[in-house]
Amino acid sequence: MAGIHISEVSKVYTGGVKAVSSVSIDIADGEFIVLVGPSGCGKSTLLRMVAGLEAISAGEVKIAGRVVNEVEPAERDIAMVFQNYALYPHMTVYNNLAYGLKNRGTPKAEIDARVAEAARMLEITQYLERKPRALSGGQRQRVAMGRAIVRKPAAFLFDEPLSNLDAKLRVSMRGEIKRLQRRLGTTSIYVTHDQLEAMTLADRLVVLNGGEIEQIGAPLEVYHAPASTFVASFIGSPAMNLVRGELHGDKLAIGPAMISLNGFAPTSGAVTVGVRAEDLRIARDDEEALPFRLEYTEELGAQRLIHGTVGDQQITAAVSPEIALSAEMRIAVDAKRLHFFSLDTGKRLPGNVPAEAKLAPVEPVL
Amino acid sequence: MDTKRTTFNNRLLPYLLLAPQLAITLVFFIWPAAQAVKSSFEREDPFGFSTVFVGLTHYRQLIEDPNYLDALWRTAVFAVSVTILSMMLGLAFAAAVNRVTRSARIYTTLLVWPYAVAPVVAGVLWWFLFNTSTGLLPFFLERVGIRWDHDLNGTHAMILIIIAAAWKQISYNFLFFLAGLQSVPQSLIEAAAIDGSGPVRRFFTISLPLLSPTTFFLFIINVNYTMFDTFPIVDATTGGGPAQATTTLVYKVYQDGYVGLNIGSSSAQSVLLMLIVMLLTFVQFRFVERRVQY
Repeated sequence: MAGIHISEVSKVYTGGVKAVSSVSIDIADGEFIVLVGPSGCGKSTLLRMVAGLEAISAGEVKIAGRVVNEVEPAERDIAMVFQNYALYPHMTVYNNLAYGLKNRGTPKAEIDARVAEAARMLEITQYLERKPRALSGGQRQRVAMGRAIVRKPAAFLFDEPLSNLDAKLRVSMRGEIKRLQRRLGTTSIYVTHDQLEAMTLADRLVVLNGGEIEQIGAPLEVYHAPASTFVASFIGSPAMNLVRGELHGDKLAIGPAMISLNGFAPTSGAVTVGVRAEDLRIARDDEEALPFRLEYTEELGAQRLIHGTVGDQQITAAVSPEIALSAEMRIAVDAKRLHFFSLDTGKRLPGNVPAEAKLAPVEPVL
Repeated sequence: MDTKRTTFNNRLLPYLLLAPQLAITLVFFIWPAAQAVKSSFEREDPFGFSTVFVGLTHYRQLIEDPNYLDALWRTAVFAVSVTILSMMLGLAFAAAVNRVTRSARIYTTLLVWPYAVAPVVAGVLWWFLFNTSTGLLPFFLERVGIRWDHDLNGTHAMILIIIAAAWKQISYNFLFFLAGLQSVPQSLIEAAAIDGSGPVRRFFTISLPLLSPTTFFLFIINVNYTMFDTFPIVDATTGGGPAQATTTLVYKVYQDGYVGLNIGSSSAQSVLLMLIVMLLTFVQFRFVERRVQY
């Protein structure tokens, strides 16, 4: 068990392409960190640098207090779960699990015990004598997890381990990974491009874009107070509405409409205004509202997404399916639910963190 | 499945398009092979005026002939040596090239060149290198106390044809092994590296087992190569000598048939050679192939 400290780490490929630039993350012992971002954001490269599969161009990676920049992957005391599982096709499940232990000269009896324990934990005991090709996707995924577990490493590294599974299996495996990590208490770094996976798994998530960190924080913190328009549009589904607006004193103008902010205005002038679909509602007749022209709807069951325009800007709102719809509607939002971002930098304008961000932390249930 | 497809309604067209290849196969392969089977049961007089059906006489004589049995044993030694030598070197080169990234193409091109050399030329080339009076290698061998003389020493002659035949085949094995190594997923190698396996151990526990289908394929191809295609090398270097020390089965077919003019026995030998190769291939598929699957 150990913390991982990534300080000022960069990766520059020959030819000058910068995949990761000066990323620093302090990961506490036992913490589950998720690196999330679109493809090409450097999340896998960062993980591979921690694993030792990619040379570190600049900066320092410490695992359990030891700088590992020049340490071979095998000596870093980590285990990795690959996207394509990377199971050894010519070995039985047992040998797949035992391979790493055998290489380290672990006594036979202990190998047997550890493999049996991991197999029991992952419910793959009856498949130990099979070859990987005789297993289903979910079972292979478990074997890949088992191979990581048996070694009892200081850290687990997951490289998009669920992206080859179908949607249903992905949800259940997601739960299992979380449960297993809680139970073992092993520090984990998990890479994914799926924001839902990131939200559900992470103790803290790290949103990466273009090789740089956009935001580090607990899932709800990131959800409720995104640090930039990039994070705002990347985390959460449907994506946060981002529209141009103008602040005049305590009033906000969006297209043709004007609403008062009750003191929540952080600045004045042109800004990017963000609002979550679920924070929008159909306005009462007596309140200030935005004129909304309905274009189409999407049914999610519990919610109905209504897509349309306010002025010339696209807006999506989530409303209850019971509400009657018409082509022209008025939608309202509480001023404290609005997010403001700088028009130039896309960074969040401070001073208006919604109250909901300060939610009570969920105690992990074991 | 929505590739565009042109259909011709003419029923004759497919046969017509296949005809040239079929004609060549029939005239140059099937027909001579049938002739060989037929003449292996016949005895012809020296002038070709009459032929007599003699049944299995040639076959019986062959399996009782110590010369033939010696040739069989020599061929086994030759085939096994060439196969092992050329496959091991091919694999070694492939593993080496697989480790370099930038200059891999140059090495690959250079290593494939010998395959383009005609077998006779390959034979002559090594014959020059090993030439007792002017060759480079005997000069150096002399210094370590070996008097190289493949004209008198049967073992030396055998080593010469093994080296010449293997050298030509290394390219082929190299190409297939390289392709095989490159198709081993990178993530498996990385997973093994994280699992604490060094480069050498990774090669023997991960790459090599994954190459087993390639190895099996090459094994069959190489055995067939040494059985059939090495005639030019033997002919250009040792001519089957000294004292028949390098007379392999395929060379004996030529010697008895074209030099000795014993067409019947020669045909019987070529039929036996074919049967031996068929048997070997069958055995390999039956017993080895099931162990290479994973």
